[in-house]
Amino acid sequence: MSLTLEQVQRIAHLARVEISESEASTTRDHLNGIFELIEQMQAVNTSGVEPMAHAQDLSQRLRDDAVTDADRRAAFLAVAPETEAGLYLVPKVIE
Amino acid sequence: MINASLKELAQALAAKKISSVELSTLFLDRIERLNPVFNAFVTVDREKSRKMALEADARIAAGTAGPLTGIPIAQKDIFCAEGWTTTCGSKMLANFVSPYDATVIRKMHGEAGMVSLGKTNMDEFAMGSSNETSYFGAVRNPWDRERVPGGSSGGSAAAIASRMAPAATGTDTGGSIRQPAALCNLTGLKPTYGLVSRYGMIAFASSLDQGGPMAASAEDCALLLNTMVGFDERDSTSLERPAEDYARGLGENSGDKPLAGLRIGLPKEFFGAGCDAGVMAAVQAAIAEYEKLGATCVEVSLPNSHLSVPAYYVIAPAEASSNLSRFDGVRYGFRAEEYANLDDMYMKSRAQGFGAEVKRRILIGTYVLSHGYYDAYYLQAQRIRRLIANDFVEAFKRCDVILGPTSPSTAFKLGEKAADPVQMYLSDIYTIAVNLAGLPGMSLPCGFAGGLPVGLQLIGNYFAESALLNVAHRYQQATDWHRRLPHGIE
Repeated sequence: MSLTLEQVQRIAHLARVEISESEASTTRDHLNGIFELIEQMQAVNTSGVEPMAHAQDLSQRLRDDAVTDADRRAAFLAVAPETEAGLYLVPKVIE
Repeated sequence: MINASLKELAQALAAKKISSVELSTLFLDRIERLNPVFNAFVTVDREKSRKMALEADARIAAGTAGPLTGIPIAQKDIFCAEGWTTTCGSKMLANFVSPYDATVIRKMHGEAGMVSLGKTNMDEFAMGSSNETSYFGAVRNPWDRERVPGGSSGGSAAAIASRMAPAATGTDTGGSIRQPAALCNLTGLKPTYGLVSRYGMIAFASSLDQGGPMAASAEDCALLLNTMVGFDERDSTSLERPAEDYARGLGENSGDKPLAGLRIGLPKEFFGAGCDAGVMAAVQAAIAEYEKLGATCVEVSLPNSHLSVPAYYVIAPAEASSNLSRFDGVRYGFRAEEYANLDDMYMKSRAQGFGAEVKRRILIGTYVLSHGYYDAYYLQAQRIRRLIANDFVEAFKRCDVILGPTSPSTAFKLGEKAADPVQMYLSDIYTIAVNLAGLPGMSLPCGFAGGLPVGLQLIGNYFAESALLNVAHRYQQATDWHRRLPHGIE
């Protein structure tokens, strides 16, 4: 497998990471090198093997739907890049 | 005092030979003097440390001290600590002052009464094996300042090796505790997945990440592990286990065969080509020492271990691409100065806030999870993960502990592998399978090659931390590799 520059740009867009044209070819070369390593997996016959998502075979724990945290609104807003009137501020979304 | 074990420090504090304020000042002064050379700490706050030390001294005076109350420790900057800048080695979080404590921090500060000396440098978001991907610059290895300390817990390792701290926390997703421990002549333990809470530990690959202790000896690590483990309802994968004292039974060797009956498995895949001769010679000498201590060695096989690096570089980036999507420049972290609209703000904030290695892994993860590639990459990697875990199940039918090198080479030169991601990834070839399986693993000093430390890896079965620490401790009773210090540090 070998990625093209267009594919790299498409993945970068999906990941919401801007990649300049000058970066794109170095990125592509690095990714292709890494995928060469990853491709070793394709030689292995894994039919019938159950995928392992996790080290511990446990079901998700449930808890009561109860408020357990104190109100830390001011502390959490304080670390945001931009806030106004107790809200996170983002660029205009709806024209 | 700077080279004392944690037990000795605890005894000195209990006997009032030294106060916690004096002890932490001793280390903070060393940090002030030595950190400009090694760059092991990214944040130091003497006032905060002093306050914790005063509280510890009050507890000691009141007779309410625990075993580690008043002992200084360095915290990897991946652990959120309330009021402390918590950067994870990234520009993205360069100005992030955490509004809450990670569970590990809460346990160490609140319950144990330990004194944090500062936050240690690390590869950005724990993605690296040399500490060179940190936004705050590379860390230098105290054994050779032109070489890397390993990563991603490289700052923690360099801090202990230069005795700027007697111990430190680390995290290990693919070897990030064990490999730097090996490269800096330290003892480090990655516990069984689920033992140490991940709450407040900035996530890289959630099914693999595990916090653990780094220190000079197995005994120190056991004492630290006692303070770190425990069920936490705030971590959905935290395990409920009966409490145990990991330091129990770590006394002096009685008799000359303290490990009689122990079966050590030597995976033939770890003893083939690909490992430096000097590293292998030190590991072979350690095997001979273990046989002298009464252990018997059996050959075992981990036939799929060569697939651990490829499978890891699908699974870890896939999880990372999801975890790191939270860094969007809205709720916390870096936001680009100029952007055209919301989407552009995401694109530019992430482009400018993340470094090259983090971006590469986000892109790999995004690709392997994308439509049409999920089965071929992500599911295939998860199936191989199962095969790798099953290999260990088979191997542990024939042995109690698995032994091999931690890293295929000693510390490499700064810049040597930085331009070639694949070469860098292969430096974790012996450690990654342990994370994929979720097993406990540790690294301990076992000699030198060309003047540089060599790490011996011990891998245990699930929840076998006590046995693992005992096997390491018996070796450290019979050898003094772990007491060797870098030139100029004694």
